[in-house]
Amino acid sequence: MDSTILAILLQDGVVNGAIYALLALSLVLVFAVTRVIYVAQGEFVAYGALTYAALDGGHLPGSVALLGVLGLAGCAAGLWQARGRLDRPAVLRLLGETIVLPAVIAVAAIILAPMKPGVLVEVLLTLAIVTPMSPLLYRIAFQPLADAPVLVLLIAAVALHLTLTGLGLVFFGPEGFRAPAFSDITITAGPLMIPGQALWIGGLTFALMTALFAFFERSLTGKALRATAVNRLGARLVGIPTERAGLIAFALAGFIGALSGVLIVPLTTVYYDSGFMIGLRGFTAAIIGGLGSYPGAVLAALLVGVAESFSSFWASAFKEVIVFTAIIPVLLWRSLRHGPAEEEE
Amino acid sequence: MSVLDVSSVTVGYGGITAITDITIAVDAGQIVTVIGPNGAGKSTLLNAIMGMLPSRGTIRFNGQNLAAEPIAARVGDGMSLVPEKRELFATMSVQDNLRLGFYRNRAQGKRAAQAALDDIYDLFPRLSERRRQDAGTLSGGERQMLAMGRALMARPCLLMLDEPSLGLAPLIVRDIFRTITALRQTGVAILLIEQNARAALQVADHAYVLETGRITLQGDSATLAADSRIVEMYLGRASPPMGG
Ligand SMILES: Nc1ncnc2c1ncn2[C@@H]1O[C@H](COP(=O)(O)OP(=O)(O)OP(=O)(O)O)[C@@H](O)[C@H]1O
Ligand SMILES: [Mg+2]
Repeated sequence: MDSTILAILLQDGVVNGAIYALLALSLVLVFAVTRVIYVAQGEFVAYGALTYAALDGGHLPGSVALLGVLGLAGCAAGLWQARGRLDRPAVLRLLGETIVLPAVIAVAAIILAPMKPGVLVEVLLTLAIVTPMSPLLYRIAFQPLADAPVLVLLIAAVALHLTLTGLGLVFFGPEGFRAPAFSDITITAGPLMIPGQALWIGGLTFALMTALFAFFERSLTGKALRATAVNRLGARLVGIPTERAGLIAFALAGFIGALSGVLIVPLTTVYYDSGFMIGLRGFTAAIIGGLGSYPGAVLAALLVGVAESFSSFWASAFKEVIVFTAIIPVLLWRSLRHGPAEEEE
Repeated sequence: MSVLDVSSVTVGYGGITAITDITIAVDAGQIVTVIGPNGAGKSTLLNAIMGMLPSRGTIRFNGQNLAAEPIAARVGDGMSLVPEKRELFATMSVQDNLRLGFYRNRAQGKRAAQAALDDIYDLFPRLSERRRQDAGTLSGGERQMLAMGRALMARPCLLMLDEPSLGLAPLIVRDIFRTITALRQTGVAILLIEQNARAALQVADHAYVLETGRITLQGDSATLAADSRIVEMYLGRASPPMGG
């Protein structure tokens, strides 16, 4: 193997790894705040990709209807959970988040979609359509289970993943889609030809991570989210509404998932069920990183990306096997070092 | 006027009643203590007042019935609890722990937050020295200070302390009780739960004795401290001497 191939494989691996890193980060965040292992996050990648591809083609994406359905369901779930202790501001807020916001986004999409408004507007519109689904799903599926053990939450997450894959088929159809790159620029650096999309992925990933870091280290809301993850009881005692912390964590995960989808759909054809395998790589990275460490997750994600690109070169038939079995030695090593994990709560 | 009025409150854990028909009151600027042995239901009482546990009966705070009010709203109204296990944010700095104590008041802005922080550092200079350190690395006494500091950041009118002396060396216990007395000067009412009856009766104005879920005795702290039953059960040889 010569150095050119090596460089190309590395570049490929890092670009994919950047996406996995974003997904892994949001998995770690969601787990820390809500103890949910968000298996369904991959579906947001597919939803984001397919929504963007539809908008790019000048069509109204099926996800707009799905957003409306989830909004209604979220509203019903919110009213049911708060029965008996509803006051006006709470009801107004719930209606705003579950009915008004999706309606506004839907109207915007209906007006803008046929106009083919250009990459930037299409990306923003995609994020606006897909992101709110995640906190809505939190309301519907996880808030009623807030005090359940991790295993129950995991089962709910798997069920949600299966449901969302099915809904993806209903609302997007069985065909795969691909969208053109954001720009056709290519940068040549020595033997490397770096396509514009790779630069976009690298740049946006870096910007998003910096923004997340600033949010969690500097802002009081970010600190409140961390506090909820560190000690839920303590957070409740200082008056942090911990259910809202869960909503925010899910919203961030939805946003990151949708953005990842938008970023990869120019690189590969995405189907309604493609999200799971991509999400699974983020998940693998999060687990290798220990499901509790943000830098660990990012590092592991880059490794997963690189391992994937090298194994697809040498043994492409076993690509998935190689990537996912990477988890086993890490888990073994961990369990040898720490002894059997204690069942939490 | 009473800051806190608890009347006929009953709390159970899934069918088993932990406290029955409890009635207590805390007046403005008062220190009231509830003493009692392990498992009497002291923590249960505080958690119910804070809204951490559902209860029957009525809880009035500054004349307002709390009923189904969530914890966050109670904190906003001026109620703060320092729990038995402190519940600090272990992997966050001392200063961040304190800042989060101001969460409900955050609309008041940065300067109000800084002023509150300065007040806490005046009250506990030790916390100021350790402001950048993670809360999880503090000593037991410092943790208790941080837990109290975090609760005070909300500028409560009622501070509830669940066994602040638990697991601390006598010298530190003395410091904590000094602070409690000093806090009274600032006008905050205090509901103090203790097993260390001697120390609690020394600082409190009024005291209740809670045994197996019921109030069995109540009165002036001084009167109770002289009551033969109290002396025998709580102030006898069993409890360690306390400097004041
Ligand atoms: N989560 C719970 N589930 C079931 N029973 C509980 C629970 N918490 C407390 N209890 C029971 O309620 C009773 C009162 O407990 P509580 O913690 O209020 O006592 P306490 O007076 O604070 O004791 P200590 O001085 O040891 O802190 C005990 O019998 C205890 O076993
Ligand atoms: Mg207790």
